[in-house]
Amino acid sequence: MEKTERIIITVLGIDQIGIMAMISTALAEQDVNILDISQTILQGFFTMVMVADIAASPMDVGELKKMLQDKGKSLNLEITVQHEDIFKFMHRI
Amino acid sequence: MPFSFSTKEILETVSMLQTEKLDIRTITMGINIQDCRDTDGVSTGKKVYDKIKGYARNLVQVGDEIEKTYGIPIINKRIAVSPVSIVGNGLSPAEMVTIGRYLDQAAQDVGVNFIGGFTALVHKGFSNGDRALLEAIPETLAVTERVCASVNIGTTKAGINMDAVYQMGHIIKATAELTGDENGLGCAKLVVFCNAAEDNPFMAGAYMGAGEPEVTVDIGVSGPGVVNRALGDLLGASLDQVAEEIKKAAFKITRAGQLVGDMASERLGVPFGIVDLSLAPTAEQGDSVAHILEHMGLDQVGTHGTTAALALLNDAVKKGGMMACSRVGGLSGSFIPVSEDKGMIDAVRAGTITMDKLEAMTSICSVGFDMIAIPGETSAETIAGMIADEAAIGVMNHKTTAVRVIPVPGTQPGDEVNFGGLLGYAPIIPVNQVGNGEFIRRGGFIPAPVHGFRN
Repeated sequence: MEKTERIIITVLGIDQIGIMAMISTALAEQDVNILDISQTILQGFFTMVMVADIAASPMDVGELKKMLQDKGKSLNLEITVQHEDIFKFMHRI
Repeated sequence: MPFSFSTKEILETVSMLQTEKLDIRTITMGINIQDCRDTDGVSTGKKVYDKIKGYARNLVQVGDEIEKTYGIPIINKRIAVSPVSIVGNGLSPAEMVTIGRYLDQAAQDVGVNFIGGFTALVHKGFSNGDRALLEAIPETLAVTERVCASVNIGTTKAGINMDAVYQMGHIIKATAELTGDENGLGCAKLVVFCNAAEDNPFMAGAYMGAGEPEVTVDIGVSGPGVVNRALGDLLGASLDQVAEEIKKAAFKITRAGQLVGDMASERLGVPFGIVDLSLAPTAEQGDSVAHILEHMGLDQVGTHGTTAALALLNDAVKKGGMMACSRVGGLSGSFIPVSEDKGMIDAVRAGTITMDKLEAMTSICSVGFDMIAIPGETSAETIAGMIADEAAIGVMNHKTTAVRVIPVPGTQPGDEVNFGGLLGYAPIIPVNQVGNGEFIRRGGFIPAPVHGFRN
């Protein structure tokens, strides 16, 4: 199996056209492979959790986070990007 | 490969970091400087400086990288060194100050905000180095910015060195006066300990104990906001259910600490020491230990029931945290510093919390009288009395206790002072005015209790 480095992206904001398109295009441009997406509308808020692999990306977690957050601003989205390990450590023994 | 986290779990973690201010309070690198002794203060100081720079030159950078990768804020990077009184044994007080200046320079040059270890351990008596260091404390804290001093004046095994207790009363006064133009800020960097922990990563009391390895990284976690949030859905729940929720929250907080510690240790090439399971508040909204106690059902912290609520909290934090990390150490409990906790500040302002209640709470919490601003004219004897009381609680209960009080020059009860940054702000709290001079001036030792001889 090839080396993977998984990150978790969360996106919160008012539901509107083009959120998925913006995020997935931005990730594709940086060679980030999307592995899983879960998306719901919670009380009118668009809530998305995305798992992606950045092993092939030229960007590190910090750079990706900044890039997505900058892009998210125009659509009024709150975006977080985190390494998978923190979720593993907190939620699995 | 299926992905194994639920959306709920992911959003919970994100919310801990985004809105509940989960952070790693400190990565503290402990460095043994006992091999840095040379003929005088300057040459010893230079060796100490070089050694610190050698080990810690990447500390801040590595901390920042981990923060970026995991999205967990790492608030402080700090350094603790071996007690300077040991390294500098035989040097003069002036030379001790010189070593302090080199420590300050090293801290500044590697970019850490505090360096601990201007320390003497005098619970059983004074060495020449201890005497020189104690004498050098006020000036050192006045002329340096980042150096923290601590003095251990008692242990359960040795009892309490009351000569040292009285002397520390004077040293605290002198330090406050020398740093009077900054509201006695020097005293915020000076802790008097009983049963000091050798691997405590938190300032101002961190130093590198004699039993520690050459170099190590220790982690201090935080997260009062996360614990408080965990209690949010527990309207009407019984206290054992409350304890259960706190344990779970503490587990998660501590796991974050373990992760950061593992990473820091690997990237710095330095062994991982301990995780200190502490709830460390800041004066910011939503980061208060007192608010957790109030969330349990106290109208304001300081009322009757406060000590019981704190006991429940402290114990649950330890139980939750212990399984979450490979090695627990340091102080591991809840801090209740007055100036660094919004709920405590409000309670002092309202008169709900007094020195007497604070003292009762210190028999439960992880430290003691912490960051308490007292009137400037408080006598050395009264301060020594506070130290003696805390030491007695520590000695008798096998726990670490400490005193970090600031007799702010020129202030009266009801005034407020601001120490800036993480040190916060505080109202001046009234202290008991009844004399104790004859007791304090007797000096000598308070013998160790019977249970100190367990063997």
